[in-house]
Amino acid sequence: MDIDVSVNGRRSAASVEPRMTLADFLRDELGLTGTHLGCEHGVCGACTVLMDGRSVRSCLLFAVQADGHEVTTVEGLAASDDEILHPLQQAFHERHGLQCGFCTPGFLLSAVELLDTNPDPTEGEVRSWLSGNLCRCTGYQNIVEAVLLAAERMRGVAG
Amino acid sequence: MTTRLFGEPVARKEDRRFLTGRGRYAADFEPKAAHAAFVRSDFAHARIRGIETAAAQALPNVLGVFTFRDLEGGFADRLPVLVPSEALLAPRTQYALAKDEVCYVGEVIAMVVARDRYLAEDALERIVVEYDPLPAAVDLEGAVASDAPLAHLDMTDNIAGRLSEETGDVETALAAAPHVFEWRFQMERSASMPLETRGVVARYDEREDRLLLHDSTQAPTGVRFGLAMLFGMDPDRVHVVAPDVGGGFGVKVIQFYPEEVLVPWAARRLGVPVKWIEDRREHFIGSNQERGQIHRVRVGVERDGRILALDDRFLHDTGAYCSYGLILPIITAAQLPGPYKLENYRYELRSIFTNTVPTSPYRGAGRPHAAFVMERVIEHVSHELEIDSLEVRRRNFVGPDEFPYHVGVTFQDGGPTIYDSGNYAAGLGALLAKLDLQRTRDEISAARASGRTVGLGFGAYVEGTGIGPYEGASVSINPDGVVSVATAHGSQGQAHETVFAQIAADELGVPLERVTVTTGDTRRLGFGVGTFASRTAVVGGNAVLSASREVKRQAAGVAARILEVAPDDVVFEDGAVHVAGAPGRSIPLGRLAMASNPTRYAFGKDAEEGARLSQLAYESGDRPLPEGTKPGLVAVEYYSPTSGVFGFGFHAAVVEVDPETGEVRVLRYVVHHDCGRIINPMVVEGQIHGGVAQGIGGALYERIAYSEDGQLLNASFMDFLMVTAAEMPHIEEVHTETPSPNNPLGIKGVGEAGTIPVSAAIANALEDALGVPVDRMPLTPEDVVDLLSSRED
Repeated sequence: MDIDVSVNGRRSAASVEPRMTLADFLRDELGLTGTHLGCEHGVCGACTVLMDGRSVRSCLLFAVQADGHEVTTVEGLAASDDEILHPLQQAFHERHGLQCGFCTPGFLLSAVELLDTNPDPTEGEVRSWLSGNLCRCTGYQNIVEAVLLAAERMRGVAG
Repeated sequence: MTTRLFGEPVARKEDRRFLTGRGRYAADFEPKAAHAAFVRSDFAHARIRGIETAAAQALPNVLGVFTFRDLEGGFADRLPVLVPSEALLAPRTQYALAKDEVCYVGEVIAMVVARDRYLAEDALERIVVEYDPLPAAVDLEGAVASDAPLAHLDMTDNIAGRLSEETGDVETALAAAPHVFEWRFQMERSASMPLETRGVVARYDEREDRLLLHDSTQAPTGVRFGLAMLFGMDPDRVHVVAPDVGGGFGVKVIQFYPEEVLVPWAARRLGVPVKWIEDRREHFIGSNQERGQIHRVRVGVERDGRILALDDRFLHDTGAYCSYGLILPIITAAQLPGPYKLENYRYELRSIFTNTVPTSPYRGAGRPHAAFVMERVIEHVSHELEIDSLEVRRRNFVGPDEFPYHVGVTFQDGGPTIYDSGNYAAGLGALLAKLDLQRTRDEISAARASGRTVGLGFGAYVEGTGIGPYEGASVSINPDGVVSVATAHGSQGQAHETVFAQIAADELGVPLERVTVTTGDTRRLGFGVGTFASRTAVVGGNAVLSASREVKRQAAGVAARILEVAPDDVVFEDGAVHVAGAPGRSIPLGRLAMASNPTRYAFGKDAEEGARLSQLAYESGDRPLPEGTKPGLVAVEYYSPTSGVFGFGFHAAVVEVDPETGEVRVLRYVVHHDCGRIINPMVVEGQIHGGVAQGIGGALYERIAYSEDGQLLNASFMDFLMVTAAEMPHIEEVHTETPSPNNPLGIKGVGEAGTIPVSAAIANALEDALGVPVDRMPLTPEDVVDLLSSRED
């Protein structure tokens, strides 16, 4: 089937098998391997991407379902070809919010959606929101702190 | 002046690529490779009567379907036993593809290679395996009963191995003890469960006779030598790279998992790159697990709470095979005494085959069980004798002036267990200060008065870390002045690129950003052991120190020749070598690197230094490379410790139970930790956080559940519950630093520390909350409700 998807602001037209998942399309067809597959049954959240600004599990969507939509992956977060990190990326770096890095793209994109909808979350709200993403390395503590730090900075910029 | 980096919480060098989606994990290599997929046993124990593969083979885009009969030479032998021992009575390992008997659900039976994973899985559905199901041994105690089903057809019982050892005289001490108690403790199975599953990607170049493997392994060097032997290849033609690895926690340590052998075998046989990325269901049934043990302990106690004798007889569930021999129960036995003096201690371990996924180390590796048993003993003694459990601990501690302390039993490396250093009373004191013991107790009393079910518990441990046999490092100074470090250790997130860079940067006087670190690539360093057992910082770190010092010695020699001073008169600072006390007389490291290699190869002014030195040498009748020197500034050095080094710590947990639902909330979690000198406190804290999370998961949520006939009942993330951010408390930490006298950096390992005492601390807190003994872990909400009703009975 022919699809036309905007990924990180760049349009991609492709012909894909109906059963190809969005995750495999991003990884194998577009080479965007920052989207990771941890469980392929929609629990771990490592494959989280944004579709029209809302977080989705790219392992549970078929590529054809993204036809006509805008997708943002981790590769689309930093500005100017990775020179300037997104405030969430910067905060994860400063607060040691990542270890092996495998779950990190999913956490970043979930957190982007959180701060879009709730720019001033409490620690409890961050923990609750991120409970849809699994991390096996960090114990979550520094991830939560990083999200709170980024939120503070992003509010500062906005204000 | 270059700031010393050792001990500083410097942010990680490796972060940027992970944050921008540019990490490279096994699945990210060879996007156009053919994909392998595997037929796995549906039965816990069965004879294979036949395998029908023709329909799969006939599908378009299927490149090959393979069963045991297709394997030849060493590939048709059983996979190796990695830790042999005389006490291992039945060293059973599996075949790469099952021969005629399968011994657990998930055992690999056939391999398909197709153009992509979708097509490979289509083909799997066309393969029919005919089984004769056999009775399965699943329950650990059931497997040692006289009428137990046999896990292996060719055995007469299920005992993989047995070992006993005694220090002191346990029976005499028990006979003389005023109190003798007997208790049973059980820990059930869990699993490492890294977010990235395993993966193997192989490319064989026939014209060059060269094999390149990208393997999400914790130990690429062993895989390389093993494959070179299997293939009959020169090891220099076999390259194994552990790229970015998405968590390991033990499950990715070297096994020679079947897929690690079969994927390169298929790549060579088919002449195409072959890739296998494990899916999560495969990981549950095809990657190793750990933890199942049952202990029966007899303890003799003095009236003041001092433990006079401890006799532990325990069963260890090794699963269907035992590639790691008896190492797990041996670790349990050696580390069971923890921070306490057990002058009369005896263990008898039996490692038992069951028709379940094989076991091998998972973060903690036998030690969480040890800490659970010992800390529950302490609490029981406290209750029986009505002495505060903290006081019981203090009365049994090894004293700060008793190091090096001989535990009296054999360590996992085969030598004696000798604690190098420690100060347990000070550690406990630091924990209690952080906890604010009196305030915490007051708060718990107030909570109880208002009807809440709240409790406080403690756990303690001593962890043997930094075991040998050795590790190496290559350190070189490049012509641009960058210091290049390579280690055979792969990284699964432990910040090796940062902590190794800190060590080299300090030694050579360069800023952190001028050090690059390559990990886990046998093309850069072929000899090494691996990343496991909390050993990398200790063994690899001291190797980096040693190689850095050797390069420094070389650079000082070259600088001395150029500057016409003695090598002892130069200092390394700010990326240059300076004459001490003579400001302005210095040479940048990059120019030194060029000068050390007197040949014509480089661009720029600095490159002339080598030629100039060469001419000077000839003019004075010397040679361009003076006696005892080598071209370039490069050193490969190895560090081989005589034994482990022993970190320690104390944990406190405050828990609240919802009596209606059985839900347990961890209200506070406080950690004291001592791993000797700390290279990077930010990294150490991160390791502790992650370890504690796995510990809390292991205590309250994560149980690998088998049915009576050996089917894994919870083989998905929907059913095997791991902790999320919502369940985790904010961890409070306090550190002490008792240096190790055994290595130049004074460090000890930290990787597993966070996990070890958590089940013990949570169990003790639950006992305090519920008023009933908690001698089994994990405890799910149903178990908690059962415990509550047992109290009401």
